[in-house]
Amino acid sequence: MTNEKNHIIPYRTFLFVLAGLILLTLTSVALTQIYLGTMTIIIALLIAAVKSSFVLRIFMHLKFENKMFSLMIIAVILLIGSVIFITLLDYLYR
Amino acid sequence: MSLITETHRDDLASKTGMWLFLFTEMLLFGGLFIVYSVYRFRNPEAFHQAAHELSVFIGTANTIILLISSSTIAMSVTAIQKKNKKLALLLLGITILLGVAFLVNKYFEWGGHIKEHIYPGSSVLALRGQGDVLFYGLYFFMTGLHALHIIIGLVFIGFITVFIIKDKIDYSNFALLENSGLYWHLVDLIWIFLFPLFYLIT
Repeated sequence: MTNEKNHIIPYRTFLFVLAGLILLTLTSVALTQIYLGTMTIIIALLIAAVKSSFVLRIFMHLKFENKMFSLMIIAVILLIGSVIFITLLDYLYR
Repeated sequence: MSLITETHRDDLASKTGMWLFLFTEMLLFGGLFIVYSVYRFRNPEAFHQAAHELSVFIGTANTIILLISSSTIAMSVTAIQKKNKKLALLLLGITILLGVAFLVNKYFEWGGHIKEHIYPGSSVLALRGQGDVLFYGLYFFMTGLHALHIIIGLVFIGFITVFIIKDKIDYSNFALLENSGLYWHLVDLIWIFLFPLFYLIT
């Protein structure tokens, strides 16, 4: 039962990613305390998106997994994103 | 023929099933994020004021707690692959402890709000207007649903820990451990978005 999924990710990788994630968290906290206006929302959500891509790709092994999983996740994200976009369009221009 | 002794197992299918389940979770929270963005758009002032009352410090601490717990469960998969059972158990133990720490923080945070008579259905909150009622309604519902997922994740990881102790999960058969990790990472992923939406964007 040995297939290609026997890829072992070294402990180091996870520690580096963790350090990066904590750094990004502190950055977003610091930046949102300073900036005002709509930029705050954009910065906070952008950093959240970067953080979640790290979690998905490294912690959830997507980088080393069958491409099918990545494609399905992209589809789900596009679905949620487009529903949010269309709903907001409706409320903005009603 | 060695075929007779082999038990049937399909790790890829088990992982695919887990991912399909996680998609339904993403859609569940995705729907709530849509509700949040519409209400925020309609009540910008009230949401702005109400978000200021949440403690950024507790929110940040809980974010870091969850991130560390995600990395420890991810490392426990590496440990089991390297046949290091003790380290895998230790890392899972740390994950469970961090999950409990998150819930303890949440308990004190919610306790603080409730002491100030801020909870869904409170008459004090109703006096502050519709926007505040909506903000705190969403806050309690979304963080509460997330905390429920933490509790479910902790039970899941608890079972996995027992399975590893009993050698039902080992270096040749760790799909269940990976799946519990996927669930825990998803809970972390949702918090990554809940945290800026409720605590940071004011």
